[in-house]
Amino acid sequence: MKARVTVTLKSGVLDPQGKAIEGALRSLGIEGVESVRQGKVFDVELAAGDRAAAEAALKNACEKLLANTVIENYRVEVLG
Amino acid sequence: MKSAVIVFPGSNREGDVARAIALISGDRPEMVWHADTSLPAGTDLVVLPGGFSYGDYLRCGAIAARAPIMRAVREHAERGGLVLGICNGFQILCEAGLLPGVLMRNARLKFMCREVFLRIERSDTPWTRRYNAGDVIKVPVAHGEGNYEADEETIARLEGDGRVLFRYTSPEGELDPEWNYNGARNAIAGILSEKRNVLGLMPHPENHVDPVVGPVDGRGFFESIAATLKAA
Repeated sequence: MKARVTVTLKSGVLDPQGKAIEGALRSLGIEGVESVRQGKVFDVELAAGDRAAAEAALKNACEKLLANTVIENYRVEVLG
Repeated sequence: MKSAVIVFPGSNREGDVARAIALISGDRPEMVWHADTSLPAGTDLVVLPGGFSYGDYLRCGAIAARAPIMRAVREHAERGGLVLGICNGFQILCEAGLLPGVLMRNARLKFMCREVFLRIERSDTPWTRRYNAGDVIKVPVAHGEGNYEADEETIARLEGDGRVLFRYTSPEGELDPEWNYNGARNAIAGILSEKRNVLGLMPHPENHVDPVVGPVDGRGFFESIAATLKAA
């Protein structure tokens, strides 16, 4: 079973890297970029047989390691 | 005093801190590998040294914070034992939940390797008894992620309980954004746990202990720890 975990910074947390990327996009002349926030994507393969078990395992993984919940939010998508 | 320096893959300041401890206390620390599950019997002080544990993969300190030895470190802290995290060690303590908050990328996005001025906020702690509150010391920093952040409630609690031990200031001890090199909230350079037995700080007092190298402003820090453990 394949799944994707997306970890993003909580709103209000300063993201200097996102800001630097935003500035670089502007200097490349890419128009209309209002703001950029940087995050992480994890593609995970699981042995779990069903969707609920996969989601539970990944939620646990996020809470314990993949995200720092002081500053980050996470989203789990089981792709099947 | 019996101290243990934890070595993770990618630690690189373990030799510096071990040398400083031996120089000042006369006792050489034990080096303990991260995959071990227990501390040497009778350990008084545990040190998580600086470096780039696990290459800073995922987040600084995130993987080291889940290493096998950390269970023993946590138990040592719960018993009231002294735990010191310097630089990457501070990041590991935050990731392990032994200290609140997080160290984010420096606000100016630069890796900072230079000397800074630290104001010591209080002297009634196991770590600073050989200084006076308000003293300013000059010590080096070397980090890319030292910008301390926490939610408003946590900051208010840390400040209210007097748990901010070190701040980045001018040489005269004045708060000034110019001297807060990494943009840390309230210029926080080091914080204590609730019981004050766990300390995390970004700067490296262990590098300013020997007159051969230059300034010795970090000596008082290790003298304080040695005096605390002698008195205990």
